[in-house]
Amino acid sequence: MSIIEAKNLNYRYGVRTPFEKTAVSDVSFSIEKGEFIGIIGHTGSGKSTLIQMLNGLIKPDSGEILLEGKNIWEKPKEIRKVRFRVGMVFQYPEYQLFEDTVYKDIAYGAVNKGLSGNELDEAVRNAARFAALSEDLLEKSPFELSGGEKRRAAIAGVIAMQPEVLVLDEPTAGLDPMGREFLLSQIQKYHKNQGNTVILVSHSMEDIAKISDRVLVMNKGRLEMCGTTENVFSQGERLKQMGLKIPEITYIMNKLSESGYGVKKGILTVEEAVRELLPLMKKS
Amino acid sequence: MESFISIKNVSFSYGKAAVIDNISLEIEKGKFTALLGHNGCGKSTMAKLFNALLLPDEGTVSVDGIIPETEDDIYEIRRKVGLVLQNPDNQLVATIVEEDVAFGCENLGINPKEIRERVDNVLKAVNMYEYRKHAPHKLSGGQKQRVAIAGIIAMKPECIVLDEPTAMLDPEGRKEVTDTVRFLNKEYGITAVLITHYMDEAVLADKVIVMDKGKILTQGTPDEVFSQAELLKKHSLDIPQSAQLVHMLRKNGIKTDTLPLKPDECIDLIKKYIKTSEQ
Amino acid sequence: MIRDITLGQFFPGTSLIHRTDPRVKIVLVTAYIIFLFVTGNFVSLGFMLAVVLFGVVMTGIPVKMYFKGMKPVIMILLFTSVLNIFYGKGEAVWQWHFLKITWNGISNAAFVSVRIIALILISCILTYTTSPTDLTDALERLMKPLKVFHIKVHEIAMMMTIALRFIPTLLEETEKITNAQKSRGADMENGSLMKRLKAMIPVLVPLFVSSFNRAYELAVAMECRCYRGGNGRTRMKVLKIGITDIGIIIFSVFVLIGVIICNLMFSEMIVK
Repeated sequence: MSIIEAKNLNYRYGVRTPFEKTAVSDVSFSIEKGEFIGIIGHTGSGKSTLIQMLNGLIKPDSGEILLEGKNIWEKPKEIRKVRFRVGMVFQYPEYQLFEDTVYKDIAYGAVNKGLSGNELDEAVRNAARFAALSEDLLEKSPFELSGGEKRRAAIAGVIAMQPEVLVLDEPTAGLDPMGREFLLSQIQKYHKNQGNTVILVSHSMEDIAKISDRVLVMNKGRLEMCGTTENVFSQGERLKQMGLKIPEITYIMNKLSESGYGVKKGILTVEEAVRELLPLMKKS
Repeated sequence: MESFISIKNVSFSYGKAAVIDNISLEIEKGKFTALLGHNGCGKSTMAKLFNALLLPDEGTVSVDGIIPETEDDIYEIRRKVGLVLQNPDNQLVATIVEEDVAFGCENLGINPKEIRERVDNVLKAVNMYEYRKHAPHKLSGGQKQRVAIAGIIAMKPECIVLDEPTAMLDPEGRKEVTDTVRFLNKEYGITAVLITHYMDEAVLADKVIVMDKGKILTQGTPDEVFSQAELLKKHSLDIPQSAQLVHMLRKNGIKTDTLPLKPDECIDLIKKYIKTSEQ
Repeated sequence: MIRDITLGQFFPGTSLIHRTDPRVKIVLVTAYIIFLFVTGNFVSLGFMLAVVLFGVVMTGIPVKMYFKGMKPVIMILLFTSVLNIFYGKGEAVWQWHFLKITWNGISNAAFVSVRIIALILISCILTYTTSPTDLTDALERLMKPLKVFHIKVHEIAMMMTIALRFIPTLLEETEKITNAQKSRGADMENGSLMKRLKAMIPVLVPLFVSSFNRAYELAVAMECRCYRGGNGRTRMKVLKIGITDIGIIIFSVFVLIGVIICNLMFSEMIVK
């Protein structure tokens, strides 16, 4: 059974004001347990609204979201429970830190969920480990941490709630290449070890290409494309029309393939590209 | 080449840890320089040294021949070197775009008629003229950043320093900003220093300076710098994927003569090598 | 979305009132309000109401918007009317136990209501046709003479501008932080007042921290743009009293003279 299923979601902002605008229109998809999903789309394509519907921060005007087959809005009073099952990491999550120690901050969500005692301690320490925060940082004030550490502490605060689905909105925004690389590898590790479902929203096509199994492409509030990462990125022209730039390496290989050279389309990493190209070139 | 900002044996520290460790470098007049490096490598501190927001502990920073000693020197330097900061939200002062662009000029005490002219001109130059009556908080990140740039350019500085102006923007906003910087550099001849950690932005510059841990790791034209793939990799700095690909092909025995930095150059180069092998 | 709220409810337009110098508008509105409170009889009050209604039509802003502006004070309006109706002196028109309504009460209630309505309409005209920036700007210039008393007029105006600029930004940020904490299971809607106040801490602390950061960065940005306080500063927008402004001033003076004459001539009708 799929873990999340979205059926004909619709949402409009600012109804009955001059600013009325369609944010999401007739979006349906399903996500299997344990998948790594990438969501891409232009700013204002509706992807932020879409993910906020997944954990019940925004209620769709029509359509439904099934979490393990059950409509999350069946009992509106219990929507808070959904938020523990679908963990949401917002853009620049370090702004949410507020406790006097990193440990307490990571524990905040888990305490809200109702964890206590050993169970809580274990959840916090596990989350800190996934976020690569060393033990000695836990007793510090979150405001003493470096930029990258703050970011990871905030993510740990969501992981500690032990959600079945982890949604990350632009987790690497503003980080330098080293920080980006490191954070992505930690997310990948988390996904592998926990076997949880992860949904990653990003502007960085390189990041999406590197780690997601499947990609959803949003455009003007609609779900425009949905398929394996290779499949989606092999359609460079279509993505370009939506204002999305495929990774440089994918672009190069797609172009070569289109000019009749015997290479695959939808190549995602430089290593893969080298493997494809070498046999053609070594003949000399 | 005439240098506009000249830095000689400069060190700077916040408290104990040295952020800038005995650096000397020249920013050439009229050129577009990119300053690359990780967060915390000292590049933002460098930006603040350029316009005398910070003064060096040791060594000298001279801007167009002025070494900041008095209040007036500092004021003069800030007029010559405009600084655009990372967070577009936190550097716009006024509630209307054109008022914000005028802010710097008003501080300089320029007469109203000329301010009006300058504001209109720079808003056109950064392609924001039609938004002149808008409220800043309703603009996109890229648009806000272009307004911030316009506000600096209206003061007619000789040099504009941008401290990671694209770090918080989406790809579209990034392109808007880098296009604007290039345009101002080429058309107006303004000396531009772009501080960034995006390699694809550095490729556009005339000169690239790479910093690491308060020191200069390497500097030169983009070609020269990115050909040192091993060195950059060792310090976990990215290189453009085009350069990476050709670099890895080279390691596998394909001896190319040039190192392409842009994808289309790379495609042409690869085609050349595949064709010759088929003949 | 929260960012779409309009501050000061300014409606851009090109009407004569829109184009009038904000200083003139502030002075005239102040004069109007003072006269509104000095006025003591129905004739002059009716005259003033007619003037403000004329103003409302002149702005070209939908009348619906003025009703909207009135909404928040409707309760106060009803409350004072009711009080006045029942507290009148003289012969009762209608009586039930201790409650009695007199003609005097009714006329008092009508008088006070019209006065409040006129007051709200005139302030709406001012805020609907003048941008917040123009308002602060005009206030700064009007208050300039206060410098004699060592009041930091420029600084106050600068603070007002920065506040206007950052209120939407901070509102947006509050919304973001609230969403983030809700996603961590924060419960801000249920529980006792104490509990709900406590639930605000995870929103307020980050908001304070980020406000401090913003303040610091803004200060740096202002320094980069050679800001050194009000001395030696010029302004791009020069406020000039034009021919239309003079026309409006003369017209207003006539109106005010009219009010004074009404007050004197119909003094026997003064409502007490």
